[in-house]
Amino acid sequence: MTRIESFLRFLWEFVIGDEWRIAAGVVVALGLTALVAETMVAAWWILPVAVALLLAGSVWHAARTRS
Amino acid sequence: MTGTEWGLAISVFLACAVEAVEALTIVLAVGTTRSWRSTLTGVGVALLVLAVLTAALGPALTALPINALRVVVGGLLLVFGLQWLRKAILRASGLKALHDEHEAYEEEQVAARTAEAVPQGRFDPYSFTVALKGVLLEGLEVVFIVLTFGANQHNVGLAAAAAGVAVLVVVVAGALARAPLARVPENTLKFAVGVMLTSFGMFWGAEGAGAKWPGGDTALLVIIPATLVFSLGLVAALRRRTSIPARSASTEAART
Repeated sequence: MTRIESFLRFLWEFVIGDEWRIAAGVVVALGLTALVAETMVAAWWILPVAVALLLAGSVWHAARTRS
Repeated sequence: MTGTEWGLAISVFLACAVEAVEALTIVLAVGTTRSWRSTLTGVGVALLVLAVLTAALGPALTALPINALRVVVGGLLLVFGLQWLRKAILRASGLKALHDEHEAYEEEQVAARTAEAVPQGRFDPYSFTVALKGVLLEGLEVVFIVLTFGANQHNVGLAAAAAGVAVLVVVVAGALARAPLARVPENTLKFAVGVMLTSFGMFWGAEGAGAKWPGGDTALLVIIPATLVFSLGLVAALRRRTSIPARSASTEAART
């Protein structure tokens, strides 16, 4: 493995960790918030809902695969 | 200090204390087994690198436009916070093993004893490298939290000071105990840090993306407790699902 590959792997593990769905979900939720904020509709509630769904989904998935 | 600054200082202090406890275990194991001089040199070089990173990246981050900064920092804090919270919830529910400092200490000592020995008084590359790597890796997360929280509040100095106090407290406690700090409730601290990072991540991320919170900054007074209650609810639900003997989730989360 080259040094660049090692560094990229370290960066991935440092930022994304072992659950990439959380990072992907956060990016989608932020994008959705930005889109809705451009309209007349309130957008503050999107991130809390996304966090609740991502966290619950992630721990539930881990519980199912470990039990 | 304002409420947000208190939140910043407490989050950084707790996150730094947890990482410092883990780094201290590595340093103590290598130092007592091999060479204190080489170990402390490794620690010193790692701290220097971390300080340079903070000093170099702090002003660069604070120079970004506030909304771009908040959306990037909010997103990163959310990703980090949710990872911390997820692991803390799984540990508090009994689905993931708790971090055991005594076990980690013994493992490090065994590895240190089996590594190639050097004559007494000579520089020991093993001690130096293990200490450097341990402190650098644990410290990078702290630098990240110091920079993101500090840059967002335009107060990297306060965040760095909170981190410094945490390191000092852990080092003094470790020096007095002369043993790994196994009694520190690491999972409770990680739970608290996860809640704070996630809450501030939601707040700043939404603001950076253009959303307006009802009540402005005071929304944090609802977001933080709501995140905590939701997380404790998940612990309770998971414990019921895995049929672990009844004990209140909050007690268990606090105990671990």
